[in-house]
Amino acid sequence: MQIQLNGDPRALDGEPTISELIASLGLTGRRIAVEVNEEIVPRSQHAETRLAEGDRVEIVHAIGGG
Amino acid sequence: MSERMDIPGDQPWHVAGREFTSRLLVGTGKYKDLDETSAAIEASGAEIVTFAVRRTNLGQNADEPNLLDAVPPQRYTLLPNTAGCYTAKDAVRTCKLARELLDGHNLVKLEVLGDDNTLYPNVVETLKAAEELVRDGFDVMVYTSDDPIVAKELEKIGCSAVMPLGSLIGSGHGLLNPASLAIILENANVPVLVDAGIGTASDAALAMEMGCAGVLMNSAIAHARQPVLMARAMRKAIEAGREAFLAERMPRRQRAEASSPMAGRINR
Repeated sequence: MQIQLNGDPRALDGEPTISELIASLGLTGRRIAVEVNEEIVPRSQHAETRLAEGDRVEIVHAIGGG
Repeated sequence: MSERMDIPGDQPWHVAGREFTSRLLVGTGKYKDLDETSAAIEASGAEIVTFAVRRTNLGQNADEPNLLDAVPPQRYTLLPNTAGCYTAKDAVRTCKLARELLDGHNLVKLEVLGDDNTLYPNVVETLKAAEELVRDGFDVMVYTSDDPIVAKELEKIGCSAVMPLGSLIGSGHGLLNPASLAIILENANVPVLVDAGIGTASDAALAMEMGCAGVLMNSAIAHARQPVLMARAMRKAIEAGREAFLAERMPRRQRAEASSPMAGRINR
């Protein structure tokens, strides 16, 4: 299936959970925050939240800024 | 031998129920690398440190050093900003992402910008975002224009601190409208901090001499030729300005007034 990941189209195998997506991106354990369709998905729900076709996913982190 | 006078110094200040000693707040943008970032922040003595929220780079630099390693949340009060947001909606989303990023930490710096050229705040969107964030339980320190009416409205909405610009973000022009800042200070019941426009130490000292609770800056330190040295200068400027405010300056006079006594001169 296809999702929008950080603004770009991305093909995924099956219907992974957010934890699985994060693992496949090599981001497990990193300090990140995830939003799906403009709603925060708390870290505690990553393992049980499954992505669906067309979901718009944002993965963000902290960077330098004023 | 004379006894040292007991001079009451500065007291801690408070925002949203949190207590701070340092009145210098610093950003983490524009540094050469994270080592320079942490060295400058250390030298500044700042306790509140701002950062930005951005999309994670995917599939590259997986081992890229993390800002939060250089500025550990256990040591500093991190203040996520909404820089780069041009609508209330984007600013609110960014604050929610930051709260998730920092495990429920709800103190944020709200800034909603008007255009790329000036980075001047869009106060209409800022007011909208502030209302929504306060309703959602955020403690909002808000970047705004130097308009005293807008500053008051933001306070009424429930913002924890009002942060008018000294001049345009990154411009280094210092305080271009001290008269307006003075009105904001006179009317405020929440901490007023100058955010943006500071160029050098005297700009920061002036803001503090006027009675600001603090000053937030990034470029003035990061874009100095020697950022760590400038960070130290800013720490001193903020402290000097604060103490000058507490000491209450002498009145300005139209004419000279000799400091040495006129009596006992040898020439008469």
